[in-house]
Amino acid sequence: MTDLSMPQTQTRTQSATGKIALRWLLYVLLGLFALYYLMPLFVMLTTSLKSLEEIRTGSLISLPREVSFDAWKTAWSGACTGIQCEGLRPYFWNSVLIAVPAVAISTLLGALNGYVVAQWRFKGANIIFSLMLFGCFIPFQVVLLPMARLLGIMGIAGTIPGLIFVHVIYGLGFTTLFFRNYYVTIPAELTKAARVDGAGFMRIFWSIFLPLSLPIIVVTVIWQFTQIWNDFLFGVSFSQAGTQPVTVALNNIVNSTTGVKEYNVDMAAAIIAGLPTLLVYVVAGKYFIRGLTAGSVKG
Amino acid sequence: MAPILDINKLYKNYGPVEILKDINISIEPGDFLVLVGPSGCGKSTLLNCIAGLEEITGGTLSIGGNDMTHVSPKDRDIAMVFQSYALYPTMSVAKNITFGMKVRGVDQATQDAKLKEVASLLQIEPLLNRRPSQLSGGQRQRVAMGRALVRDPKLFLFDEPLSNLDAKLRVEMRTEIKKLHQTLDASIVYVTHDQIEAMTLATKIVVLKGGIVQQIGTPAEIYNNPANLFVADFMGSPAMNLIPAQASNNGSGTQISITRETGDTLVLTDARAPELPQDVILGLRPEDIAEAGFRAGAGVQEAACMVDMVEPAGADTYVVSELGGKQVTARLHAETSAQAGQMLNLAFDMSKVSYFAKETGERLN
Repeated sequence: MTDLSMPQTQTRTQSATGKIALRWLLYVLLGLFALYYLMPLFVMLTTSLKSLEEIRTGSLISLPREVSFDAWKTAWSGACTGIQCEGLRPYFWNSVLIAVPAVAISTLLGALNGYVVAQWRFKGANIIFSLMLFGCFIPFQVVLLPMARLLGIMGIAGTIPGLIFVHVIYGLGFTTLFFRNYYVTIPAELTKAARVDGAGFMRIFWSIFLPLSLPIIVVTVIWQFTQIWNDFLFGVSFSQAGTQPVTVALNNIVNSTTGVKEYNVDMAAAIIAGLPTLLVYVVAGKYFIRGLTAGSVKG
Repeated sequence: MAPILDINKLYKNYGPVEILKDINISIEPGDFLVLVGPSGCGKSTLLNCIAGLEEITGGTLSIGGNDMTHVSPKDRDIAMVFQSYALYPTMSVAKNITFGMKVRGVDQATQDAKLKEVASLLQIEPLLNRRPSQLSGGQRQRVAMGRALVRDPKLFLFDEPLSNLDAKLRVEMRTEIKKLHQTLDASIVYVTHDQIEAMTLATKIVVLKGGIVQQIGTPAEIYNNPANLFVADFMGSPAMNLIPAQASNNGSGTQISITRETGDTLVLTDARAPELPQDVILGLRPEDIAEAGFRAGAGVQEAACMVDMVEPAGADTYVVSELGGKQVTARLHAETSAQAGQMLNLAFDMSKVSYFAKETGERLN
């Protein structure tokens, strides 16, 4: 009996050590990847806190000897973008003025579209939905010229409302998709019950569907905010002096300095430009993951 | 009195597909109409048509004497209970019940009074502040009924309201719905695929198959005089025995010959049978075949049959024998001495028999 049981216990201990080794291997690998991804951020942060003198003499990955926020100040309100030297500040507010309404409008319209496509089936609903989906996959570059023409005709070329318009149109495909997939899991009987109760199209949307939609609203807002805030192509194509978003201004700061390249200012400016999206992820990140899977699995 | 619901020549198509064909139904106030049929027979579609949730393709529909053919659901003076309950998930029970009144602009005092009344009727007062997700299936069912009751409509519509409940709760709620119908004297249209539910609840049953009405009648009419083979087979559990037989008339009565397993024929005589074609299907409910000596009457005839199987079911014992190439079930008393593989004298009550045409399946007597 003992002879028989011996090998069994041995295998068990072997597999236990194997498990621990595997677990550690996993941690080490994950740690390495995390390090790999965090390295640029580390360099950016430390560089932005160094003086130009220190950057020139010190090593790239060393910590700053003397922490200075001068570069941040310059990036925010003094760096030159071409001939003007007002820093990122005015462009940052441009971006806010573009992103906030564009996100709000495209999310709301996406919710309405999704509600219609998922719950009020009409003839051709599927075709319209497919066409909107197709819109998600059209490369931005393709529409630059027609869009410029359209904005010109509408008289909003080079203005902030013009950029809002472009972003709303471009966001609709995705926002509709998100809300449609979420609403399609809600039983049609709910709409029927509300109709028998006397509620109309908008009443059902406001009182029953919107209150249910928090997870998918969070997903859509994060997605749209990231897209619109980080957009460069539309920003550079459809803006003019004074209406440029922060991404375009960042490019101008980095590319238009004369003389010594102020790496610390560039780094600080890049972090400032990226901060809002980072913040949105940190605040709402867990809803993002939850919401992305919420639509696919029936509650 | 005017019928509370009058459906006249109703047709419903989805594109080229005909879902409902020439439906004519009329019910009086206080009637409990059950639409029953196998899944896909169009019974839920018909209910949605009555509710106005589906446009009808042809025909007319009136509720309470008013033409409602093209009226929107909210103006039909109806209330509906759904299979999935369809409670509004983000609202409390109280809000769920009062939502309809709020939409229609009923004043707050009336809302509160009605809510209180319905909550006490359904015994859901302790649940009023909960969310639907915090309720059990039976409680959700009650809330859904409360939402319908609070409207005090001309017509209640129930769409398979019990099929999501477990067996025990289903029977309880069934009794409760019946009680509610009696106390409120409400007019109800109720959809189910469960023929026992149909039999126990209805004052009037409509059997549907493939979008065509097979029979309309009281539960007793449907059970005792099924209009065709489908109704005979669908209603009743265990199902009616449908035995292929040959009919011949010799002056003193109709001879019904059934081929036995062994090849010889069992001949039964029916003195009251109408003129029958040669090939018929004989329909007899299991309870109309008893053990010899336990059933008496003018039409009762005895014959020895080979018992293939004995199935005790507590209150009754079912005995299965083969006649005319079909399994024939007889319902005997629980203490029967019948044993599989032995001959048993069975009493056939020919006064209860139904005859169906072999080709068309239509009733002949």
